[in-house]
Amino acid sequence: MMRLRIGLCLASVFAASLALAQGGTDKRRSGYQDMGPSLQRMQDDGTSNPGMLFVQLGAEAWAGPAGAANKACADCHGASGATMKGVALRYPAIPEGADTPVDLEGRINLCRTTNQQAAPLPAESRELLALAAFVAHQSRGQPIAPPDDPRLAPFLDRGAAIWALRQGQLNLSCATCHDDNAGKKLAGVTIPEAHPTGYPVYRLEWQTLGSLKRRLRNCLVGIRAESYAYDSMEYVMLELFLMERARGMAFEAPAVRP
Amino acid sequence: MANVLINAPKTAKRGEVIEIKALILHPMETGFRPGTNGSIIARNIIERFTATWNGDEIFRIDLSPAIAANPFVSFFAVATDSGTVGLRWSGDEGFQVEESIAITVE
Amino acid sequence: MDRRRFLAGTATITLLPFASAWATPESMAAAIRRIVGAAAVRRGRVTLDLPPLIENGNTVPLVVSVESPMTAADHIKAIHVFNEKNPQPNVFSARLGPRNGRAVVGTRIKLGDSQTIVAIAETSSGEFWSAGADVIVTLAACLEEAS
Repeated sequence: MMRLRIGLCLASVFAASLALAQGGTDKRRSGYQDMGPSLQRMQDDGTSNPGMLFVQLGAEAWAGPAGAANKACADCHGASGATMKGVALRYPAIPEGADTPVDLEGRINLCRTTNQQAAPLPAESRELLALAAFVAHQSRGQPIAPPDDPRLAPFLDRGAAIWALRQGQLNLSCATCHDDNAGKKLAGVTIPEAHPTGYPVYRLEWQTLGSLKRRLRNCLVGIRAESYAYDSMEYVMLELFLMERARGMAFEAPAVRP
Repeated sequence: MANVLINAPKTAKRGEVIEIKALILHPMETGFRPGTNGSIIARNIIERFTATWNGDEIFRIDLSPAIAANPFVSFFAVATDSGTVGLRWSGDEGFQVEESIAITVE
Repeated sequence: MDRRRFLAGTATITLLPFASAWATPESMAAAIRRIVGAAAVRRGRVTLDLPPLIENGNTVPLVVSVESPMTAADHIKAIHVFNEKNPQPNVFSARLGPRNGRAVVGTRIKLGDSQTIVAIAETSSGEFWSAGADVIVTLAACLEEAS
């Protein structure tokens, strides 16, 4: 009897892991799944997704020489951008020769300052978002795959701690809304699970493209907390935590969100 | 400047009704919103979008501040003869953008 | 009900001399009168396709379709869309003709609040047909402060 039960247990564990491999038991939801069909269509159709305007601008910026080195992104990385396939899936990461992680926008600016010898692009500037969108778009449809770099562990831990930290006048943590109450309604809106599957994202609220940092700042403002400066490490650590939490989910950039 | 996305078939049968969709980068500032200094941000919208087929106007739409940022317009056209579909956006602050696409009618 | 009575009727409309700061059902009625003049506006032939529950009023997909053969002799000349609660009642006016093949126009609009949207089509013989839609705009819970 006992042996049979264990056998059944093993069989169901095996079945579960098989299903997991096929994505069947993955209960995580992208914000895409919480949108109505008209917004889903807006995201899916390349010529109706306003984020694609920025991908197009990014392709231009990619081809244009910049800085004292007078080099274009395309000169090193190829004209099509195909070499960027998979890159957005594994950021934030620690660049070669550094010991702290940078996110995708940070990596683009690192390339500008070191290789192109140009000034870094300002946070949320059209050109930086466009380049990020161009690079991110190359990874559309692929699973999010953070790097297995043990040096990231302390940053990941700090990111997890910020996620769980109650802060602001409302005394809420990220986890209060997006882990404990995800799927419920806040005003008329479904609280999303906050997976960063589509950044940079075209947010209808903004009427433009924006970064994950901008979105995190929105949340901090929402809970009446002081937001971190755009160049602070807190965002990179939170982004690192969020990408790890979304590991394996399909990447959608440039996504459309309400 | 590549700030326009146009979706239309490259070829069509004569007499076929095709859909043309166009998206353009533009803030469509309404003229009703206060800026960070409290004063109203000046209106800056696209007022008109026109489509021509080999030079003949086939569609026109006058837009208001109620049209969303980065305006999207879709309409239909009868594929009459091979040639050029011209799209033109014009509006406040001297905004003028023209794009054209080639279409082959068999 | 008011809208239906307005669209069906012709005589009971009060014209406002000036548009108020915000569109109202009255200013929408006035804007419609400026387009249709004294002609009757009938319900039908027009389909107004909007999501019933709008997730963000900044960008609302909208498609207006009108039944018409779109021939030289019998076609839709114009499609107009109006709203009653944005700052101005006019949304767009499109000019069409037989070369369009189908009387269908799509765009994306801004809606400041839940309200009624009206689409009116003008036929080549001078008739006006219409459709109305009530939409609910949900407001985001966490808004970005002006920065």
